[in-house]
Amino acid sequence: MKILAKTGNEAMAYAMKQINPDVVAAYPITPATEVVQIFSNYVADGEVDTEFVAVESEHSALSACCGASAAGARVMTSTASQGLALMHEILYIAAGNHLPIVIALVNRSLSAPINIHCDHSDTMGSREAGWMQLYCANSQEAYDSIPIALKIAEACGVPAIVSTDAFIISHCMDRLEVLEDDEVQKFIGEYNPKYFALDLENPKTYGPLDLQDYFFEHKRSQIDAFSKVLSTYNKVAKEYEKLSGRYYPAVEEYKTDGADVAIFTAGSTADTAKEVVDELREQGRKVGLVRMRMWRPLPVEEIKAALGKFKAVAVMDRSDTMADFGGPVFLETRGILYDLDKKPIITDYVYGLGGRNVEIADIVRVYDEISEIAKTGKVKKLVTYLGVRGEE
Amino acid sequence: MATLKELAKRTEGLVGGHRACAGCGASAAIRQILLAAADKPTVCGICTGCMEVVTTIFPFTAWNVNLVHNAFENSAATTSGMEAAYKALKRKGKIKGDINFIAFGGDGGTYDIGLQSLSGAIERGHKMLYVCYDNEAYMNTGYQRSSATPYGAHTTTSPSGKKIPGKQQKRKDLTEIIISHDPAYAAQATPGYYMDLIKKVEKALAADGPSFINVLSPCVPGWGYPSEQTMNISKMAVETLFWPLYEWQDGVYTINVKPREPKPVEEFLKLQARFRHVFKPGNEHLVEAFQAHISRQWERLLRKEEASK
Repeated sequence: MKILAKTGNEAMAYAMKQINPDVVAAYPITPATEVVQIFSNYVADGEVDTEFVAVESEHSALSACCGASAAGARVMTSTASQGLALMHEILYIAAGNHLPIVIALVNRSLSAPINIHCDHSDTMGSREAGWMQLYCANSQEAYDSIPIALKIAEACGVPAIVSTDAFIISHCMDRLEVLEDDEVQKFIGEYNPKYFALDLENPKTYGPLDLQDYFFEHKRSQIDAFSKVLSTYNKVAKEYEKLSGRYYPAVEEYKTDGADVAIFTAGSTADTAKEVVDELREQGRKVGLVRMRMWRPLPVEEIKAALGKFKAVAVMDRSDTMADFGGPVFLETRGILYDLDKKPIITDYVYGLGGRNVEIADIVRVYDEISEIAKTGKVKKLVTYLGVRGEE
Repeated sequence: MATLKELAKRTEGLVGGHRACAGCGASAAIRQILLAAADKPTVCGICTGCMEVVTTIFPFTAWNVNLVHNAFENSAATTSGMEAAYKALKRKGKIKGDINFIAFGGDGGTYDIGLQSLSGAIERGHKMLYVCYDNEAYMNTGYQRSSATPYGAHTTTSPSGKKIPGKQQKRKDLTEIIISHDPAYAAQATPGYYMDLIKKVEKALAADGPSFINVLSPCVPGWGYPSEQTMNISKMAVETLFWPLYEWQDGVYTINVKPREPKPVEEFLKLQARFRHVFKPGNEHLVEAFQAHISRQWERLLRKEEASK
C-alpha cells in the first residue's frame, strides 16, 4: 500500500490515470480545472495511453465523450457547476443511449450571482438526467469512488458522476492511500461493449428518432437499467472493500445506535458533523449522523432503514429547489419516509450556499433544535436557512 | 477518381425507403457522398435535422454504415469523439484498418447552432470530413430563416410581409470561415454536379486532417419548386454564380466551374416560390441588390483564386 499526500482534484486525476481510459474529452472549469490539467500532464508524459481531446466547451466535451463511448471506448471527463449546466442537454442523451461515461466532478454553485465555491446546486439540478450520483466526503473517498463508479457504469449501462465539495475537498491536501495500477486495472477489467459504432461488421444506427410507438418502452428500459445500479453498487463496493479495506455504503450510518435524533447530509459537511456527534455523545446526548453518499438512484430502503428509527431528523441541504419548500434532499426524503407507519419528524436546514462556511457551532445548533423538536414534538420552522444574515 | 461505372457497383451507404420528400437534394447528396467514400469502411455522425429525422425513424434505418446521432449542435464534436476513440482503440490493437469519419449537418446545425462545435473540431485537427447539407433554412421545423438563408428569401421567420420583403440580411460565408481555420481541405459543391462532388469527397477523405464540404442542397417544399426540378435548380445555382463551385487546399483556391456566360441571378430566383415576391412590381431593387451581391462575391472569389496561384 502506498500513502500519498493529495488534494481531492489530485486524487481524482490520479484515479483516472490508474484507470487509463481510452478517451478523455474535457474542458477546464474552476474548481475542477486541476483534474483536466493534471490529466493532460499524464498524457503529455506518456503515463497513460489516453486520447485526450481538449475541446472548446463542456457541451462539446460531453458530446465528444458520447461519440467516443458510442464508438466503444472507455471514456471519462471532468467538470463543475456551469460546465455541468452546459452539458445538461447531453447528460440526458448519454444516459438515454446507455453510454457509461464517468464525470469526476467538483460541486460548485450555479450562477447567478456568479460564485466559484461549494454547494450542490449543480448536480442536484441534474438529478433527473439518468446519471448515478455519488457524493464524497473526502479525497480518499473521491479516489476510491472513481473506479467503483466506472465499474458500475459499465456493468449497468448507466453513466456516473462522482463529486467532491469545491475547495473544501478539491483543494485541500489530505492523506491518500492508493492502490497499485495493476490492482485498479484488474478491478475494473477490460471494457468490451456489446454494441459499438466502430463495429464495421454490424453497422447500426445509434440515437435514432424514436416516436410514440417505441419511445416509452425505451425510457422504461432505461429506468430498468437504473434499477440495477443499487444492487450492483452493493456488490462492487464489497469487492472494492476486499481489495482496499475501505467500504462505502450507499447510505452511511454514524453512531446511530440508541440515537433519538440525526442529521442527514452529504459531502464534507458529513465529516464535520461526525466530529460534532463525537463531542455530543461524550456529553451523553443521543445524537447520530446519516450520510447520503448515493443520491441517484435513490437508496430508498436504506434511507428508510437508516432514518425510520429516529424521533426527529434534520436534513442539511446544500442547495434549494426554489419550490419555497426547502432543498431536494429534504423533499425526496420526506417522500421516501411517507410509507413508514412510524415516521420521524423531519425538518430542513438549507446551508452553505455559495461556499458559506458551516462551522461546528452551526451543526451543534441543528442538533440542539432537532433534539428540542424530538422532545416537544413541535416544529417551529420547517425550513431554516442556516446562517443567513437577517434570517433570524 | 472512381468512374460512374465503378460507383454504380458500390454498396449504397444510404438506401431508399426513407421518408425524405420526393426530389430531396440533401438525401441525393448524402447518397453520392457515401458512394464516393465506399472504398473504405465509413462511420458517420449526424446532427438532428431533416436527414436524421427522415432516415432513422425507429425501428427502421436507411443507413448501411454505422451512424451516430447525438443532438442538433454537436455532430462535429460527437464525430471527433469517435475519431479519438478510433485512434485510441487502434493503438491498443482493438481495431484494425482505416475508417472514414464523416459528420453531417444541415445549415441550422452547421452555420448557426453548431458553428462552435465545428470550429473546435477543425482546430483540433481530427481526421474527419464535415459535410454541411445546406438547404438555406431550418427546413426540418418548417422553413425558418438561418444565417445561410440568402438575402430577400421568404421563410416562415423572415416572411415577405406588407412592409418587409423577406430576409433583410445577407447569408454568412461559412466556407470562408472554415478556410480561415486552415483545414486540410475545403470545398463548395452541389449534387447537380455529381462528379464534382464525388471528386471533392475523395480529396477530402484523402487529405491528412479535417476537411469540410459545403453542399448546396435544394429543398422542394422550402424553396418551392416542382420535385423533378432539384438537379436543374442545383445546376442553375452554379450557372448564375449564386453558388460557386470551388475548392481550397494549402492556401490555394481553385474555382472548378467558371460559366462562360453566367446567367443573371433572376434565372435562379424565378424558379422558386421563396423569391416570388421579389418579382412583384416595385421590388425590382431587390433583384438588383441580389445581383450586385452575387457579382461582388464572385469577383472576390476570382481575386482570391488569382492571388493564391
